[in-house]
Amino acid sequence: MKLQTATRLGLYAILELARDPARTLSSADLAERFGVSTHSLAKVLGTLSAAGLVQGGRGASGGYRFIGNRRRITLMDIVALFEPAPGSRAKEPGEDTEIGGALQRVLTEIDEIAEATLRSISLETMLRARS
Amino acid sequence: MVTIRPAQAFDLAAISALDARLTGSDKPQYWQEMLSPDRHFLVAETAKGGLAGFIAGEIRAWEFGQPAAGWVFAIQVDPKTRLKGVGSALFEALAGRFKAEGVTRVRTLVDRKDHLILSFFRAQGMVAGPSLQLDKELP
Repeated sequence: MKLQTATRLGLYAILELARDPARTLSSADLAERFGVSTHSLAKVLGTLSAAGLVQGGRGASGGYRFIGNRRRITLMDIVALFEPAPGSRAKEPGEDTEIGGALQRVLTEIDEIAEATLRSISLETMLRARS
Repeated sequence: MVTIRPAQAFDLAAISALDARLTGSDKPQYWQEMLSPDRHFLVAETAKGGLAGFIAGEIRAWEFGQPAAGWVFAIQVDPKTRLKGVGSALFEALAGRFKAEGVTRVRTLVDRKDHLILSFFRAQGMVAGPSLQLDKELP
């Protein structure tokens, strides 16, 4: 499964912040930790903040902290903020043909399994698994 | 606080009722068969003697070509006692019984759209197993 860079950064950021909800980290701190630009991280944090998952200050030096529920929020909740919703993509050329339809059913099956997996893993489970 | 103990015949009515309430399908015969000695059928009992939940499983060897593993067939927890560790206590008790019988793996099958139960098993440390379930409607 290929995730967009923003999705991956969103997952990195939320997991890092959720590890210790009392801790505040700036987008610069997080960017350095994951070896990415502060600009990319700031954009991602803006999305997480608008979704009510983190609370943050302004600018690169403003700190962010996790304000969600680790047991309730799943990896899919984060992925859904950055990736197009399942079923919302435009139809691909050839999809209406017999072969195109058959291929699409296989791809949909893969998507459904991926979504079920992401939806089944809470931040709490993920953080417990890595410690 | 709950006590985990083996299910007895007198538990069947409450087990069946809880399951029917949560799944919408009444299957008393199925639960009756779970009392078979080769199965592990455990209940979680509240301090007042009520049913807080149950779990059922069995050790199966060479099922689908796989060496012996403990299979969890069913787990249900009364919604009134959820988020209090009842499901985890049942799972740990069953896993302990499997381990005592010498198996080192526990498996289950879950509806991939049932996010609640999928999340529960994930939280117990379970991950995707070596098999893929395949399915076909017969014409």
